Amino acid sequence: MLGLNKQDTKLLLLVITLTMLAPFILNPFPEGSAMAQFNAGYPDLMQRFVIFGIFAIGFNILFGLTGYLSFGHAAFLGIGSYAAMWMFKIFGMNVLPALGLSVVMSGMFAVLIGYVSLRRSGIYFSILTLAFAMMSYSLAYSVLATDMDGPDKQGLLQKGLTGGETGLQLTLQDPRILGSQTTAQGNIPSPSLFGLEMRSAAEMNIGDWVFTFSAGYYFSAFVMLAAFYLSIRIFRSPFGLVLKSIKSNQQRLNYTGMNPKPYMLAAFVISGMYAGLAGGLMAAMDPLAGPERMFWTASGEVVLMTILGGVGTLIGPVLGAGAIKYMENILSKINSDILHTWFAFLPDGLEDLLVTIIYPFIGKGWHLTLGIIFMLVVIFLPGGLVQGGQKIAAVFKRKKASDEKTDGKTTPAE
Amino acid sequence: MGILEVKNVGKRFGGLQALGDVNLSIAERSVHAIIGPNGAGKSTLLNCLVGKLIPDTGSVMFDGQSVLGRKPYEINQMGISRVFQTPEIFGDLTVLENMMIPCFAKRDGAFGLNAISSVVSQKDVVERAEHMLEELNMSDKLQMTSSSLSRGDKRRLEIGMCLSQEPRLLLLDEPTAGMARADTNNTIDLLKQISEERDITIAIIEHDMHVVFSLAQRITVLAQGTPLVEDTPDNIKGHPKVREAYLGETQTAA
Repeated sequence: MLGLNKQDTKLLLLVITLTMLAPFILNPFPEGSAMAQFNAGYPDLMQRFVIFGIFAIGFNILFGLTGYLSFGHAAFLGIGSYAAMWMFKIFGMNVLPALGLSVVMSGMFAVLIGYVSLRRSGIYFSILTLAFAMMSYSLAYSVLATDMDGPDKQGLLQKGLTGGETGLQLTLQDPRILGSQTTAQGNIPSPSLFGLEMRSAAEMNIGDWVFTFSAGYYFSAFVMLAAFYLSIRIFRSPFGLVLKSIKSNQQRLNYTGMNPKPYMLAAFVISGMYAGLAGGLMAAMDPLAGPERMFWTASGEVVLMTILGGVGTLIGPVLGAGAIKYMENILSKINSDILHTWFAFLPDGLEDLLVTIIYPFIGKGWHLTLGIIFMLVVIFLPGGLVQGGQKIAAVFKRKKASDEKTDGKTTPAE
Repeated sequence: MGILEVKNVGKRFGGLQALGDVNLSIAERSVHAIIGPNGAGKSTLLNCLVGKLIPDTGSVMFDGQSVLGRKPYEINQMGISRVFQTPEIFGDLTVLENMMIPCFAKRDGAFGLNAISSVVSQKDVVERAEHMLEELNMSDKLQMTSSSLSRGDKRRLEIGMCLSQEPRLLLLDEPTAGMARADTNNTIDLLKQISEERDITIAIIEHDMHVVFSLAQRITVLAQGTPLVEDTPDNIKGHPKVREAYLGETQTAA
């Protein structure tokens, strides 16, 4: 189907099913129950799942295929967000042109940053990308945030190109020449797809369960599916094969008549454009862009996501992004009161002891849990969560095979 | 005029004159061996031919065109393929994928942005790679990861990858170094077969005299960065200068 082999088609269909049914799957617990805080099926978080999924899928095209570890990919995320914001401010609130500009702008920056950074490999490449990202951050934070209108005017560039620390925001004075400047009520309009507002949502009640279907989530999910499909095609293409051969043996490739440089640059730009697309979507979901989006911790996060999920696998980065965003939003919400209600059935002393032990790993301490999980995955599952899944699947297969053998059937090897 | 003309090539590393004044002509469709004691400059010379090093002086002409200042991939696209001392293959890829890379390089040149169509849909490349592997008797190993091949098979694969590009000149850097006798003999047979069946020139750098005298039609002896003598294998065997270069060393050492 769609030019994919059987296995990839299955994977794509699985991802389509999961993303389309996500509002149900992520809300397994009824509203008001003790477990309801583990529900992740609210629009804001679901949007983050798919947006960071796009970011990680793109990052994996560079890191997973070529082995070049960029430590500055958040720069493209930020550039994408700012580009989308300017599109909203000047032309109107339709998300498609905004995303278009996000991809183009981040692609242009990726050509420049990639061209310079790819002159080196290994750790030097990582450091160069990190330096570029931090330069972008400080440009956005201060240099580009100065008043470019002049002191007596209050125009578009009053807070510069990036808005500095507070970020770039929409105002009522923005021209929006192709759309309406304000809504009928005199408010700032919100991003929409031909009139369908991204923040609009429908709710469905079944018994105690509440399922939310957000327009923003489904739009982002469609973009993510398209991005995922494209990445499968890239992985299976001759281009993808050459990228893998760069990771495997660049010297041999050089002496086989291929120039690794343009291949690397193309991979870098493609993954930068993915990051820009993710950044644009973030602005489309919540029209605000700040410099912290380019900070080095944001670049590190996508590295974590990719490694946690499985470097060089198709689905791994999406899983990694989901896992990290889930922990960031769910674990961090748990506080000591909630712990006390969980362990209320225990004797008082034991209850307090357990709460004291667990407390550092929740709430603001969720990073600690993430760190431990990350360490365990890297040590025991170097192939990430995907490898974990494969191991579990292998155990079931073996079980099935041995069951069949006891039935007196012979199973062919492989 | 040979297919490869090396004129007055010199290369200096700091205080060491690695290559003095090398003149070498390799005739088309011949098997030419370059031998010499350790440190004679054999590898330096080879690296000057494939673009890894740029000589300080002199010229290297391949088929009437200068190779100096060109990148390794450009020189490869001109028709020179190189086999390394330790087999350089794409260890993470399957045998078939290994063979497809040079086929893509031959078809699409140094860069082709073919990012959407799948590899398996490139019928011409797949067929060509499979055909080449059949010739190497490796059809049963298509889906094996190439790093798990035996040393001899890795060498076969690497030579096959070079041949699939239909190079006009094949350079081999000690192709049997560190090989068992059986693998060495297999490699000799493979190279003999190649030179008989194909329109190809082979230049080989080798320590193993058994390999050299089984294959070469011309031999150049290199010592201390300059060619001592160039002749047929029979004449080289009894040549006093060659004996001196090889045996003289041991005499002074003793």
